[in-house]
Amino acid sequence: MEYSIMEWLSDPGLVHFLIVSAMLFSLGLMAVLSQRNVIMVLMGVELILNSANINFIAFSRFTELSLDGHMIALFVIIIAAAEAAVALAIVLNVYNRFKTINLDEISTMKG
Amino acid sequence: MIEHTLHSISQFYPEIIVVVTLCVIIIVDLLVKNGKHTTGWILLGGLLLAGISVIMQTGSNLAVFYDMVAVDPFAVFFKVLIILSSMFIVLFSMKSSELEAYSSRYGEYYMLLAGMIFGMLLMVGSTNLLMIYLAFEMVSISSYVLVGYMKKERRSSEASMKYIIYGAVSSGVMLYGLSLLVGITGATDIFQVNSALAAGVGESFILNISILMIVVGMGFKIAIVPFHFWAPDVYEGAPITISAFLAVASQIAAFGLIVRFFSISFIDSGGVTATGTWQIVEGLHWDLLLGGMAALAMIVGNLTALRQDNIKRMLAYSSIAHAGYMLMGLVILAGEGLTSIMIYLFIYLFMNLGAFYVAMLFSNKLETESIEKYKGLGFRAPLESIAMTIFLVSLTGLPPTGGFVAKLYIFGAAISGGWIWLVTIAGITTVISLFYYIRVVRNMYFFEAEQGALQLKFDLPSKIILLLLLVPTLLLGIYFEPLIEFARSSIAMFGG
Repeated sequence: MEYSIMEWLSDPGLVHFLIVSAMLFSLGLMAVLSQRNVIMVLMGVELILNSANINFIAFSRFTELSLDGHMIALFVIIIAAAEAAVALAIVLNVYNRFKTINLDEISTMKG
Repeated sequence: MIEHTLHSISQFYPEIIVVVTLCVIIIVDLLVKNGKHTTGWILLGGLLLAGISVIMQTGSNLAVFYDMVAVDPFAVFFKVLIILSSMFIVLFSMKSSELEAYSSRYGEYYMLLAGMIFGMLLMVGSTNLLMIYLAFEMVSISSYVLVGYMKKERRSSEASMKYIIYGAVSSGVMLYGLSLLVGITGATDIFQVNSALAAGVGESFILNISILMIVVGMGFKIAIVPFHFWAPDVYEGAPITISAFLAVASQIAAFGLIVRFFSISFIDSGGVTATGTWQIVEGLHWDLLLGGMAALAMIVGNLTALRQDNIKRMLAYSSIAHAGYMLMGLVILAGEGLTSIMIYLFIYLFMNLGAFYVAMLFSNKLETESIEKYKGLGFRAPLESIAMTIFLVSLTGLPPTGGFVAKLYIFGAAISGGWIWLVTIAGITTVISLFYYIRVVRNMYFFEAEQGALQLKFDLPSKIILLLLLVPTLLLGIYFEPLIEFARSSIAMFGG
């Protein structure tokens, strides 16, 4: 039987999901490291959290982890929402003080 | 099932009391608007009750809520430390003039403080990966807001923004690591993780990556090099009370978590033995990696502290260095190493809180945090300067203070574990640390006060709080046998 990439793609298994989540994680980390806008950095953080969620769900679907994975993913969604709320409040306050949300310009403390 | 839950609740009183206190603070804050520390006293009372119920837990060694949280001597030791330091922080907050500009929002402040304390109490007890993550975030999210509490000040807002970005990214990385660990082992419980690893998982590359990611998250919390970048900025920008809280209580809770996590999950015997080693994880040399991080923290922390003029920033670098010394105990991962970490944390609580407290008293009166402005303070505020000198000498680790005992035990444990190079670095950096600690003392005593400078007057309660910190720092330098016994009897972990 000839093994082709199309066949591999048409039969999604654990590895497919792990690859997607690894890509999402890398994109998130890249956004965090390269973006100078605070909002973009926070979006990168959300990508990282979501990539972990995909892992949890995939593992609970394809391994013996059963429902624990789903449960953790639910908690992570809540935590991510709380963190985003606090982060946006802080960013709003920083904007009121500095009149900018560019990370390079918000750096008065050094040393 | 009902019996188990009810029994669990009866073992969960300290946390319940803290949560109830949090709710009471919110309600009282709505009803009473007098700009005084009413809510602070409520928190202090709640902490006292929580402390009593923690002490009642002495001797129990069991898991509650279906292995979510452990109540064991190890957790009790750390909870005592956390509650003790939190009580000091509440007292500090009542004396801080920095916070007075925001007196209409004291309720929020103490509520968030209670939330943070609740997270810390859970952190040292959690035995489940989900619980570890939740407790971790509970502490983090409350502390992001507290760091930015002085929201009209530019540096406070900047500090909270830097903190949340570093914090969110490192906890995200840690979560990804946890997801891999859960996936490989098929367990969310750290005991089951241990038994799955002992049975062999075969994915040692992914396993090592996942542990590395978890180390990123936890390393951020204890501010170890190379994950320390947030610490100096955050400590400088935050109110002094919160800097002290992050440097002491947060450090204590994070060490409790990291010690439990590593010694339960990755040790073959499922617990701490006399010769505990990292037997399960193949591939990377974990002890060498953590040892390297400890050495880097000592070097970077102490060398960078040399050039600081802001006292909070200097204490931030000094606490990075102290995290390095404490991590030495984890590298050995034997019973002796853990005992020495616990002794160190106990003494560190008093001496570091003391240094922060005197810095806060000076900043209240002089409105400066610059060490250069401390010139001549030895004559203007004799008691406070003597206390500061003792705290700094203790942080250096010279006898006859508690800091000497702490360093003695941790160095001794590292030597008997065979980590001679690490102890050498620790010894050299201790000598370096003397320079910047003594610089403060020199500024206080070897310069005349400016012409017309008045004596600094502090009220009686401030002096009593100072003595409460000063006496243990000195006493633990000469009479430390009970502390050692307490620490030795507290290394027993559930399932260990």
